[in-house]
Amino acid sequence: MCDGKCLDLSFAATEAEASAGIAQLSRCLEVHGLPAHKAGDVKIALAEAINNVVEHAYADITPAKVKVRCRLHQNWLDILISDTGNPLPGFRVPDGVPAPLGSSIDELPEGGFGWFLIHELTSDIRYERCDGCNRLSLRFEFPRPPCGQKRPQ
Amino acid sequence: MALTSTTTDATQIITVHSDRIDAAMAIQFKEDMRTQADGGAARVVLDLTGVEFIDSSGLGAIVASMKQLGNDRRLDLAGLHPFVEKVFRLTRMDTVFKLYPTLDDALATTAG
Repeated sequence: MCDGKCLDLSFAATEAEASAGIAQLSRCLEVHGLPAHKAGDVKIALAEAINNVVEHAYADITPAKVKVRCRLHQNWLDILISDTGNPLPGFRVPDGVPAPLGSSIDELPEGGFGWFLIHELTSDIRYERCDGCNRLSLRFEFPRPPCGQKRPQ
Repeated sequence: MALTSTTTDATQIITVHSDRIDAAMAIQFKEDMRTQADGGAARVVLDLTGVEFIDSSGLGAIVASMKQLGNDRRLDLAGLHPFVEKVFRLTRMDTVFKLYPTLDDALATTAG
């Protein structure tokens, strides 16, 4: 069932293709009415989730496709990201614990923020593994209707 | 990844000429920062005015760039777009770097 606006994109799971795909999806979502104040959150979470697929799901195997399906409703956005790479560890969504900053510059983390950002920026995260396919669903809620209102700059 | 650099007094300004610093360009950014900053002033200001988007890989590359400068030099950040600033705030990296709204603000302030 789909009563919202639909937007699908599929691209090869490489860093360059992902970068272009994320930019294209973000532009299309805003054109289709995603509120401007939510667009940044969606882009960051989308990028982190897709980068995880590129960097981890296809880490030791030949990269295949990443499929992204967006359903934009009046007050929420559902994004389904699917791939045929390796499953998430333990077949579950990783915790959103941020990497500790440490006590000196040398100890500062240079990674480990991806899942933390996804948890912070989404309303709901679901993961399922079926038939060799990873399906990660992200939901973003925005209480005010996205259409017919003045967009903040 | 296009970076340009100018030096005024004791400050080197490195400007990023890309609308994003993401996973696809993080390694190149780190390498280019090493080249640009080599032998420069004690204080480096990274001008992010043109950068509209950063992900955690890009953030990691900026952290790595600061580490590359060593203990005697510092890296400040200027001209952060709201989306970019949000990534720094959520990860608490805003407590590690000095963030300035504009390049002029950064240059008006002497490194502390």
